[in-house]
Amino acid sequence: MYLIFSFAMFLLGGTMAMVIRAELFQPGLQIVQPEFFNQMTTMHGLIMVFGAVMPAFVGLANWMIPLMIGAPDMALPRMNNWSFWLLPCAFLILVSTLFMEGGAPNFGWTFYAPLSTTYGPPSTTFFIFAIHIMGVSSIMGAINVIATVLNMRAPGMTLMKMPMFVWTWLITAFLLIAVMPVLAGVVTMMLMDINFGTSFFNAAGGGDPVLFQHVFWFFGHPEVYIMILPAFGAISQIIPAFSRKRLFGYASMVYATGAIALLSFLVWAHHMFTVGVPVAGQLFFMYATLLIAVPTGVKVFNWVATMFRGALTFEAPMLFAIAFVILFSIGGFSGLMLAIAPADFQYHDTYFVVAHFHYVLVPGAIFGIFASAYFWLPKWTGHMYDETLAKTHFWLSFVGMNLAFFPMHFLGLAGMPRRIPDYALQFADFNMVSSIGAFMFGATQLLFLLIVVKCARGGEKAPAKPWEGAEGLEWEIPSPAPYHTFATPPDVK
Amino acid sequence: MRVHAQRVGALTGGLLFPALSMADWTVNMTPGVTGTSNDIFNLHMTIFWICVAIGAVVFGIMFWSIFAHRKSQGAKPANFHENTLVEVLWTLIPLVILIIMAIPATATLIDMYDTTESDIDIKVTGYQWKWQYEYINEDFGYFSNLTTPSDQIRKRQTKGENYLLEVDNPMVIPVGKKVRFLLTANDVIHSWWVPDFGVKKDAIPGFINEAWTRVDKPGTYRGQCTELCGKDHGFMPVVVKAVPEEEYNTWVADQKAAAEKERELTQKDWTMDELMERGEKAYATACAACHQVNGNGVPPAFPALRGSAIATGDMAAHIDVVVNGVSGTAMQAFGGQLNEADLAAIITYERNAWGNNMGDMVTPKEIFDYKNQQ
Ligand code: HEC
Ligand code: HEM
Ligand SMILES: [Cu+2]
Ligand SMILES: [Cu+2]
Repeated sequence: MYLIFSFAMFLLGGTMAMVIRAELFQPGLQIVQPEFFNQMTTMHGLIMVFGAVMPAFVGLANWMIPLMIGAPDMALPRMNNWSFWLLPCAFLILVSTLFMEGGAPNFGWTFYAPLSTTYGPPSTTFFIFAIHIMGVSSIMGAINVIATVLNMRAPGMTLMKMPMFVWTWLITAFLLIAVMPVLAGVVTMMLMDINFGTSFFNAAGGGDPVLFQHVFWFFGHPEVYIMILPAFGAISQIIPAFSRKRLFGYASMVYATGAIALLSFLVWAHHMFTVGVPVAGQLFFMYATLLIAVPTGVKVFNWVATMFRGALTFEAPMLFAIAFVILFSIGGFSGLMLAIAPADFQYHDTYFVVAHFHYVLVPGAIFGIFASAYFWLPKWTGHMYDETLAKTHFWLSFVGMNLAFFPMHFLGLAGMPRRIPDYALQFADFNMVSSIGAFMFGATQLLFLLIVVKCARGGEKAPAKPWEGAEGLEWEIPSPAPYHTFATPPDVK
Repeated sequence: MRVHAQRVGALTGGLLFPALSMADWTVNMTPGVTGTSNDIFNLHMTIFWICVAIGAVVFGIMFWSIFAHRKSQGAKPANFHENTLVEVLWTLIPLVILIIMAIPATATLIDMYDTTESDIDIKVTGYQWKWQYEYINEDFGYFSNLTTPSDQIRKRQTKGENYLLEVDNPMVIPVGKKVRFLLTANDVIHSWWVPDFGVKKDAIPGFINEAWTRVDKPGTYRGQCTELCGKDHGFMPVVVKAVPEEEYNTWVADQKAAAEKERELTQKDWTMDELMERGEKAYATACAACHQVNGNGVPPAFPALRGSAIATGDMAAHIDVVVNGVSGTAMQAFGGQLNEADLAAIITYERNAWGNNMGDMVTPKEIFDYKNQQ
């Protein structure tokens, strides 16, 4: 359910990205007006983050965590039901703002005050409710994961024997519980400012617009790790399986994940280097951000060491996983560059940043999800997917995504700001290349739909363990997994 | 193998990219024309090469594994999965690299924050969607608006060389002097950026941020607003002209004289026709972004003035809206932005254009008195 919903949202958010890229195909205003362009970027960002990536990982968690730890189902099935059905409600509200007078939210997914409060469109109140509902849903999902992982492990499965995917999700769940209330808090303050005459963020009333950014990014930075940690976990399952070799440095992977999660609370102001934070604060956040690169590096090194001297094969999940490691590292490198505060003065709010976060989100979160989907599809459906089509999907996505996002680095360095519907002539060439890549990437995703539908409908029967090198409890039960697996808990050595 | 060729291609592409700098296919940051921008450029290149080096090693080992340890080549998996020494090493080595990187970055940052001992102070205020530059030691100031005609944007006309990066009144600064910018905003957050100076700072309502520059080379430098500030965020460029000192001094003298003339304009006796003529022009620069040239506005965000209750109603209410704005909306207080002659001309124009045939007028003197009463 989650997965279907999230894929639908991915397509919707993707369509908006296509509108953005179509407008940016050439200089000049051709397809949409600036007002609508801003609504498109905002909705694209919100839908991708909250509608596509987060629910997809919750979906994977719901399906795989019980199988991986030998539990019959999630601990709190009713809560699970709630947390899912809240999502379509939230997004129905959010999408309906497009048809309201004054249009949808147009202030970017970061909704900085006072653009989103005093100067926001009337639909902002609905946007706030949508965010609240999503927040509740995420928190419920997170509680469920924690309850399941802590209480329902099979006998013998100690914490340090849990699969990496379970570990990263456990840590993600704690992050969610820590920061979603902060997001709820900040939107509530906005609600008060807009409707009840308070001045939290209104300078004219003695408020503080910078406060908004501090609170937002205190949520926002951990949020980006919420979107990537589960992918780290999935990749840590997949690479060993296709290398036919155990994950290198399991313990250090767990510690690195924990370290990333903790550090993620100490780096929020790296999004605010140009805001005018005092120099001491600036330095603190620069150092903390550089520090976060260390555990992230450890993870990448461990994956490479896992592949080193393995016996590798390259089925679709592995291809996506390898692309994940390479492209996520490129995103990590540009992240390192952005962390150098003086240099960030040049990069900030340019297309360099757009390139950076798409390199971590598209090959990171999205490729992580594709890799997981191909990896576990046989377990879900009982059929093998079409490997040739899947490989085509991979290659087209890989080329399209690089074509779309690599030139954005150049655009940013040459001085093109983000969130603009039109640009100076020197940016024309790379924008065209980028748009072509984006159309290619976008169109390719329909292929994924086809592959999944085909696989659900039929195909070669999948054995209990379709991947030679895969390990874990989920591969010991038949494919497709029966309802309420592990009614009697398995024993883990 | 296809995988391999692809990746090698990507990698060499990555390695070469600073070298490939063709006219329109610019791929790298420019070093700029100030000490700061050069420092930043050097930091940028250093960290870039560090990344390339790390990337080469890590991806190198990875490709080697992909190549040599394929099952199809008969590779047998090894059995190791832990090694404390390498794990400690690859935690410590990156740490050391980062510390080495942080040292010059810290020095540059501290230098960028040193706004003391400036020669000239300019207050920069962001408005939806234009910049105001006030030379606070010299007692004059003005607005800087985009001049790219809407016909070029809407593709009815070929685009000029500085499409979207041209303004009516650029900021003017002397070369070789330390100029301090005091940045704030009137409505939402904007951000003032000139890439060639390495200066980018947010302009935030209720705050005054500081930044500085010292430009060595005369020239015209262009940038843009970099913080989403609403509809025309993409249409509020920053243009700065750096000129030799004597030229700067003459320019300042001219500006002061012009400011004096404006004051005289207020005292002059105006006819309806003169006001209408001036009003049409001033309206086009100050008001048309929202209310449109034809007075139809963009409802519901920006109301029409054609036939509006205020523009065809009580004069005092009309003056009040324009001079004091409507707080909490995009309608700014123009009293402090425009001179009396322009205010009077615009109000008169609005009451008599597009079929709003009120037939009345207001003079600059009356506006002056109105402002003084407040
Ligand atoms: C940034 C956009 C913007 C600009 C520029 C702007 N206005 Fe407005 N104006 C508005 C908005 C929004 C309102 C509606 C305010 C409200 O909600 O009452 C408005 C309202 C008005 C009204 C009242 C109309 C009515 O019937 O309610 C007048 C008169 C007016 N503006 C005149 C001007 C003049 C004269 C200028 C140029 C000097 C100008 N405006 C520039 C946004 C703008
Ligand atoms: C289908 C492929 C995609 C394309 C072509 C695409 C394209 C773009 C473009 C061009 C922008 C910049 C808009 C601007 O600044 O003017 C943007 C912004 C953004 N994208 Fe994507 N994107 C894609 C997928 C994704 C995914 C998968 C995610 C996230 C999980 C994502 C998250 C975001 C976010 C958060 C923003 C910032 C929005 C804002 O500025 O407020 N995008 N995208
Ligand atoms: Cu961050
Ligand atoms: Cu702006």
